Amino acid sequence: MKLHEYQSKQIFAKYGIPIPKGQVAATATEARQIAEELGGRVVVKSQVLVGGRGKAGGIRLAKSAKEAEEVATQILGMEIKGLPVRKVLVDPAANIDQEIYLGITNDRAARRPVFMASAAGGVEIEEVARTNPEKIIKVHIDPLLGLRDYQARDIAIGIDLPKEYWKQFGDICRGLWRAYMECDATLAEINPLVILKEKSLMALDGKMLLDDNALFRHPDLAEMRDVDEEAAAETEARKYGLSFIKLDGNIGCMVNGAGLAMTTMDIVKLFGGEPANFLDIGGGAGADKVAAAMRIILSDKNVKVILFNVFGGITRCDEVAKGILAALKEVKPTIPMVVRLVGTNAEEGRKLLEDAHMITAETLADAAKKSVAAAKA
Amino acid sequence: MSILVDKKTRLLVQGITGNEGLFHTQQMLAYGTKVVAGTRPGKGGEWVLDGKVPVFDSCKAAVEATGANASIIFVAAAFAPDAIFEAADAGIPFIVCITEGVPVQDMMRVREYLDQKRVRLLGPNCPGLLTPDEAKVGIIPGNIAIPGNVGVVSRSGTLTYEVLYALKLVGMGATTCVGIGGDPINGTNFIDCLSMFEDDPRTEKVVMIGEIGGTDEEKAAQFIASKMTKPVVSFIAGQTAPPGKRMGHAGAIIEGGAGTAAEKVKALEAAGVKVAKHPEEIPSLLK
Repeated sequence: MKLHEYQSKQIFAKYGIPIPKGQVAATATEARQIAEELGGRVVVKSQVLVGGRGKAGGIRLAKSAKEAEEVATQILGMEIKGLPVRKVLVDPAANIDQEIYLGITNDRAARRPVFMASAAGGVEIEEVARTNPEKIIKVHIDPLLGLRDYQARDIAIGIDLPKEYWKQFGDICRGLWRAYMECDATLAEINPLVILKEKSLMALDGKMLLDDNALFRHPDLAEMRDVDEEAAAETEARKYGLSFIKLDGNIGCMVNGAGLAMTTMDIVKLFGGEPANFLDIGGGAGADKVAAAMRIILSDKNVKVILFNVFGGITRCDEVAKGILAALKEVKPTIPMVVRLVGTNAEEGRKLLEDAHMITAETLADAAKKSVAAAKA
Repeated sequence: MSILVDKKTRLLVQGITGNEGLFHTQQMLAYGTKVVAGTRPGKGGEWVLDGKVPVFDSCKAAVEATGANASIIFVAAAFAPDAIFEAADAGIPFIVCITEGVPVQDMMRVREYLDQKRVRLLGPNCPGLLTPDEAKVGIIPGNIAIPGNVGVVSRSGTLTYEVLYALKLVGMGATTCVGIGGDPINGTNFIDCLSMFEDDPRTEKVVMIGEIGGTDEEKAAQFIASKMTKPVVSFIAGQTAPPGKRMGHAGAIIEGGAGTAAEKVKALEAAGVKVAKHPEEIPSLLK
């Protein structure tokens, strides 16, 4: 789950990391009021869950409260990479001496958290990694021990941070580490962390990604999810415990198991079709789940055919077939459907579906070919 | 021969009284696996499945009473890390965690601890493993595989069943089929399994089923090129997966442009691995 900049910075502040005294506005009038209260120059920043906001014109400076209102009007009317801007953060403008990058993420290969820092902050770290990899300092953290003080010092030395800032930098590293740990983040990033002309450090921008699997122990964080920012179908799918991702094609796929669902998409493409979605109905797919999945797939008007691909292991095919029949009664789709049932009780399942006017397939390849043909008909 | 589990495996089921635990214990017993004990704190002293399996309050008590040498975990994600620590501390050398949805930071701590104790974990978020006609430790349906000379290792569940089934249809069987699971941080990886299959005299060929996310397939390719004498056939799921989206499995995500199927296929082909275009092609590539 992604957090907005303003949400991430609020969390950072709780862990003692200095952030600007800005506030969030949903209207231009609110933005003006916030700018008036702050006084002086402000930065108006779009709050959308994609990168590249600055380049898209979604982050602008305003010299007065009146200008903040004008800028906010423009930004609140924008779409950035397809996402409409619904909120702006109004922060006081900072007097910046230097921009630093500081972040923690999970290093899959090392199976440890890794601190990354660079004196070349302010730009995307992937960009620095590509052009100047030597400018990134990496320090792996023992997950059982946590961040050691010497490691924070090593990072400061590694990015040539002047000695007078080491103590404050150490506090920020420890704060960021605690935020990462205690929120079960997969990424906690300050970019840029700036040295102000006033000779102190401040987190001007922040980004956090949280582990969806850990949200059960963070109900407060789970509530921060911005459902406006995701496709309605994905929100709906989550409600039913389905794993769904919308794609651009016209062959709707309903599959049990994530690996098989990906493979079904791949094989559709291999035989000249375009998958409309990834959908894993998971194990034990009963009628309610199948019906929900069918509704979600059909809510996409591009879909010309639905392909059911079920490998019965522990999940029995006859039960899935019953689920499909019940769902058909409820949803009444008018487009062709291709079904492939294999494995446990497949024969019984196929018999149940005989009268449902579905196109049947034996193999994966066969199912894909028939779906592609039906989509083109 | 086989890897990791065989007729000598004495299995402990953690969370044996839950729906999943009970159902799969029954399935494993029916397959012939020696399930010697189960745990459920507070239900020590009871028996399940018509008196076939004794229940203990703790792993330690179960191990002392039954000599269990492997454990399988069916408890909910919130309790799975503790179950793994408990099994490791009770001296069990091989732990299989079926549970899906374990937080990744918990897994980093678990893995660090187990490495120090030299305990092997399979999973989490995995279907377990199957040595046909000898032992089934997990949820892979027993009837879709026959004994044979092919070692199978996979990050997926149902996709693995597809492959086992496709092999069975042409009369090919497996030595052992290992589901390593779809999480970004797991206990046993491709290289661990490839290395065991290389050393296993019965295994003559290996099938490796990967998917998008991470770089484990690329590392496996290096291992295959430098250390393996047995032929390897592979399939990689997620050719059409969009970047930045988690495809069901927690670990199946293309991040910062890395972890794509195309890169993995390229690395494997460079290592001399035949990569199938779709799973049903695998049996013909093994011939």
